Amino acid sequence: MPFLAMPGRRAAPLILAVVLCSFAAMARASELFVTNEVDDTVTVLNGETYKVIATIPTDQRPRGIFATPDHKYVLVCDGDSSNIDVIDAKTFKVVRRIDTGPDPETLAMSPSGDTVYVSNENNALVTVVNFATGKWITQIPVGIEPEGLGVSRHGHTVVVVSETTSMAHFIDTKTWKVVANILVDTRPRIAQYTRDYRELWVSSEVGGTVSVINPLSHQILHIIDFHIPGVDKEYIGPVGVRFTPDDKTAFVALGRANRVAVVNARTYEVEKYILVGQRPWQIAFSPHHKRLFVVNGLTNDVTIIDVSSQQAVKSVPVGRLPWGIAVIP
Amino acid sequence: MIVRRAARVLGVLTLALLAGVSQSFWAPAAAAHAAVRNFTITFLRKRYHFNPETLPSLLETHPGNLGLAGSQEATYELNTAGKFIGWNFKLNVVTVPDGGSLAAAAARLLAGGPKVIISDLRPDDLLALADLPSAKDSLILDMRTTEDRLRQQECRANVFHLLPNQAMRTDAIAQYLVWKRWPRWFIIQGPTKEDAVYAADIRRSAARYGARVVAQKTYDYNPGSRRSDTGYQQIQTQMPLATEVAGDYDVIFVADETDLFGDYLPYNTYDARLVVGTQGLVASAWTPAYQEYAALQMQQRFDLFAHRGMTERDYGGWLAVRIIGNAVMRADKTAPMPMREYLRSKDFLIAGYKGQGLTFRRWDNQLRQPVLLSTPLMTVSMSPQHGFLHPGYTTDTLGFDAPETKCHF
Repeated sequence: MPFLAMPGRRAAPLILAVVLCSFAAMARASELFVTNEVDDTVTVLNGETYKVIATIPTDQRPRGIFATPDHKYVLVCDGDSSNIDVIDAKTFKVVRRIDTGPDPETLAMSPSGDTVYVSNENNALVTVVNFATGKWITQIPVGIEPEGLGVSRHGHTVVVVSETTSMAHFIDTKTWKVVANILVDTRPRIAQYTRDYRELWVSSEVGGTVSVINPLSHQILHIIDFHIPGVDKEYIGPVGVRFTPDDKTAFVALGRANRVAVVNARTYEVEKYILVGQRPWQIAFSPHHKRLFVVNGLTNDVTIIDVSSQQAVKSVPVGRLPWGIAVIP
Repeated sequence: MIVRRAARVLGVLTLALLAGVSQSFWAPAAAAHAAVRNFTITFLRKRYHFNPETLPSLLETHPGNLGLAGSQEATYELNTAGKFIGWNFKLNVVTVPDGGSLAAAAARLLAGGPKVIISDLRPDDLLALADLPSAKDSLILDMRTTEDRLRQQECRANVFHLLPNQAMRTDAIAQYLVWKRWPRWFIIQGPTKEDAVYAADIRRSAARYGARVVAQKTYDYNPGSRRSDTGYQQIQTQMPLATEVAGDYDVIFVADETDLFGDYLPYNTYDARLVVGTQGLVASAWTPAYQEYAALQMQQRFDLFAHRGMTERDYGGWLAVRIIGNAVMRADKTAPMPMREYLRSKDFLIAGYKGQGLTFRRWDNQLRQPVLLSTPLMTVSMSPQHGFLHPGYTTDTLGFDAPETKCHF
């Protein structure tokens, strides 16, 4: 009996796969790429079914992940291997490795996709790399443990936050000089521009706040605080920040508070806390902003939030210690 | 309220950042042209007589820059930040030779007025320093001691303690044992006064968390010549004798603050039991093996600088400098008294790779913090354990809480 049952069990997914493939040829579903820090892999999830469709081996300690503006590649920082894995978004193969210098934590790209900005966590540097050639353009000394990078609308300014110096550094991309430094609350992780680029939000993980900064005057306009009944203040660690297309609402992942905050981005009031998995850090929208994906580091899964109802729909497993996420439409 | 407070602090900073300086000021290379303000931190230590032969294990080392290397690394980090906002920090290391007079050196140091001093001193020297009339208005950051008495009867208003004290450590282990459902403890304590304090802390922890001390023994081990080629044979017969007790227990809780015999206990006990306490599974603020909450970055940075692992005392030295840096650069406090006030205020918070901000207890100037539980190679857990609650800070479940303090400044 088992002998007979085997082909049947195998045939079903095979047929399904064929159907999916032909469907994909017409309109391939979006895909989520999630870095698994201790597995040295990237998990690829189908953006509709949330099934794992590939597990891509990377170099050591993959964390920061970024989709190129043309959506052809997904770039992954390999902290312990001092390089970027360039993953072909169609074939899921690592097609190139780019030398970044020691301990790249995360990255961003210029709007054109020509230039890669890398934060070298152990060396207090931002390394600027020509994406096409892999050649270094320059290295810029910044504060200790640089992490999140934000790029202005036309790429004239790159902002990097340094976790241990607790600053947001503004770098002019014409001169490669640091032109302003803003002291923010302790351990900043992410610098995220609003979609209209009028504000820059910086999350402070240990400080437990988000600073809203005017990126032109370099002034702090407001500091957003979080209060969750029944959760001690010291567990609230804001990291990932994303804005809805109308800039009216921001989602902020709160780390060990195991929640994503929904913030009115006009009034800066927190409207809701959505319970997710444990220690959510990085978040990303689906291509049409109907879903928000939340990467939970300690429960090894991704929580899917329905944006309009602001409800967690489900959580799907990925690899161990998942860190970052990029979405290919 | 917090928003207002932060806005105020940041307002000051922003003003300072923007006040009458050209854009080029912010370029690191150009920073030298602007008015750089200097801040000197004094690192005071004494060379205590120490015989490395008394360390039970050959693997234990005693680098001459223990503790100091942490402060040096942190000074480098402060200057990385400082160069962006016009601050330069200098670490002035003052070393009192073995047998030299601490009081005389300290008096010389304080002749020019109150200072900010990092104390890498043993308890009695720390008290001698703190009690100098000229030290009254100074800020002393104690990066070394763990003794309860300095946080209790012998606390001082001018001293802030960075490492967890003995009672915090026994509480950290106790919570874990209770969580593991290993509530029956056999205490074996060494001959020193501090061993007795630690043993009393174990009993206190048992009472707090519903565990039971089912047996207790004092072991007066005479180390003799420790490093001899027949050493382990002696140990193999002595330790079972020392640990033979009637009745059943879950763990041996050892109180051996001077490392006389505790490291001989694992695998040599009469019963097949685990060892926790001052040896075995130990509680500490830091170990070179700890890597959670981005501590990996700290460990790598320290290793690049000092070419060795980062010890708890290095962490104490690192914290001390970083705390001073916060007061100077974040709160614009440069004189010792306003700095003391700031450290005790709600505005103060320091990140120490523990996943949460660390603050000082107002009642005894002890830094509240999660405490690591570890073996020499691995981090086993971090206390407070899940489920141990406190109306204020969960970290105040470790050590002396406000109602039990004997400290009155």
